Amino acid sequence: MNLSELKVPGPTRTALTAPFWTAAAEGRFIVQHCADCASWVFYPRQICPHCWSQRLEWREASGRARLESWSVIHRPGHPGWEPAAPYAIGIVRLAEGPSMLSHILTADPQLHLPLQVRFTQVGAEILPCFEPADE
Amino acid sequence: MRQPYGAIIGIGELKPVRSTTGATTLGMIAEVARLAVADAGLEPGAIDGLLVGPQVGETPQHVPATVAEYLGLRPAMANVVDLGGASGAGMVWRAAAAIAAGMCETVLCVLANCREAEPPRSPNRNPIREFDVPFGASGANATYAMIKQRHMAEFGSADADFALIAAAARANAQRNPDAMFYGKPASVADVLASPLIASPLHLFEIVMPVAGGAAVVVSSAAAKGRQQPAVHLLGAGEKVTHRALSQAPSLTSGPLQPAIARALAQAGAEIGEIDILSLYDCYSIMVATTLEDAGLAAPGRFGDWLREADLNRLNPHGGQLGFGQPDLAGGMTHIVEAVRQLRGNTPMRQIANARLALVTGNGATMSEATALVLGAAA
Repeated sequence: MNLSELKVPGPTRTALTAPFWTAAAEGRFIVQHCADCASWVFYPRQICPHCWSQRLEWREASGRARLESWSVIHRPGHPGWEPAAPYAIGIVRLAEGPSMLSHILTADPQLHLPLQVRFTQVGAEILPCFEPADE
Repeated sequence: MRQPYGAIIGIGELKPVRSTTGATTLGMIAEVARLAVADAGLEPGAIDGLLVGPQVGETPQHVPATVAEYLGLRPAMANVVDLGGASGAGMVWRAAAAIAAGMCETVLCVLANCREAEPPRSPNRNPIREFDVPFGASGANATYAMIKQRHMAEFGSADADFALIAAAARANAQRNPDAMFYGKPASVADVLASPLIASPLHLFEIVMPVAGGAAVVVSSAAAKGRQQPAVHLLGAGEKVTHRALSQAPSLTSGPLQPAIARALAQAGAEIGEIDILSLYDCYSIMVATTLEDAGLAAPGRFGDWLREADLNRLNPHGGQLGFGQPDLAGGMTHIVEAVRQLRGNTPMRQIANARLALVTGNGATMSEATALVLGAAA
């Protein structure tokens, strides 16, 4: 299944989050970093959820992650995804610390599987999906 | 055991239906409110506090005033409790706290929902909509599936362990004629043979969404002249840790752990003393995690507990897996059943000598948690 052919809802950008999606469309994985407490923050926020600093800055992240859990979706919650089923989603723990939900490009998901970001067109949008990485 | 700080003196519950045509949420709220106030033996004018759920029907704002007006009430305390499946339990301690603060004397806590055959899609514009949905993760099935998957991967728990939970719920529903699955038992094998929806969750491990409603009337523990045996609120605990699963502090333990601990501590009770476990069960995995968070089973070992326990006292009404999930009122059904059991006269399924009940509520994706310890009076 070519995910670019799906008719599915894309991200609902805000002014604050737009840089993340714009970078993704350019093949760059950027994540907020707190200049005060040095935490990485995902998803993007107005203030750091760890120390409430306003000094959040966009930084290039490694794109490396590990799989924390996953599900193979047989009956999608949104009808636009039905042509792609079954497909895998997962919670990934970024090497920098935060976790995010993503689309997982593998038929053999396993706990703590090393992953690497893989920018993939899903419907009309380019999204940071993840695929197995070499250790 | 500490002094009770409130009492549930009336309960009401609507028989769930798969869908409604032309019904309104306000109308169903009125039906179930009437049942609860009548059960308490009160006139409507005695209600001077009102707690309602969020976004009632087409009413996104001013919900308490809209409901109060519809019911002809003029409450001295009114509010929305917006904790998903924990809303019902969250209402009960808030009602008792408002009474203790001298704001009111008798609080109606009410949740109900109609359900069109094809419900509209959620209008969310929040981080979940922006950062989960675009990757193909719409709805709760996908996220609870990942909680179950993590449990299996980390602890080696088996699909059949989780199926025991669904089968037990169906078995208990055979003693509740109001349950959606009355007359429809399901064995462990049936659960495992039901279709995979989002691996590793099978269809029978997932609640059926229905229309319905449930309500309770809360008063002070000292109030006199009741129609029904009072059920006392002995302890409560609450915790909110996240909204989206990706932001959860743990995938194998949830906010119910501290909520249950606080509720038990307030009640001066140990988990082993609890007679009725009225545990929120939107999915099989939610019961598994709750049994472990309550300290009934060691982490990863809920299956061992299930194989040895008397499962009649775990959600005697069938739980939501057997009864159906009338939206936010689904959480309230666990309170209503605990009250029935503690009154001691539940037709067909009374648990003998039921004195203490633990009720849990759970909202979003193991995000919002409220626990109550309820006790039979005297």
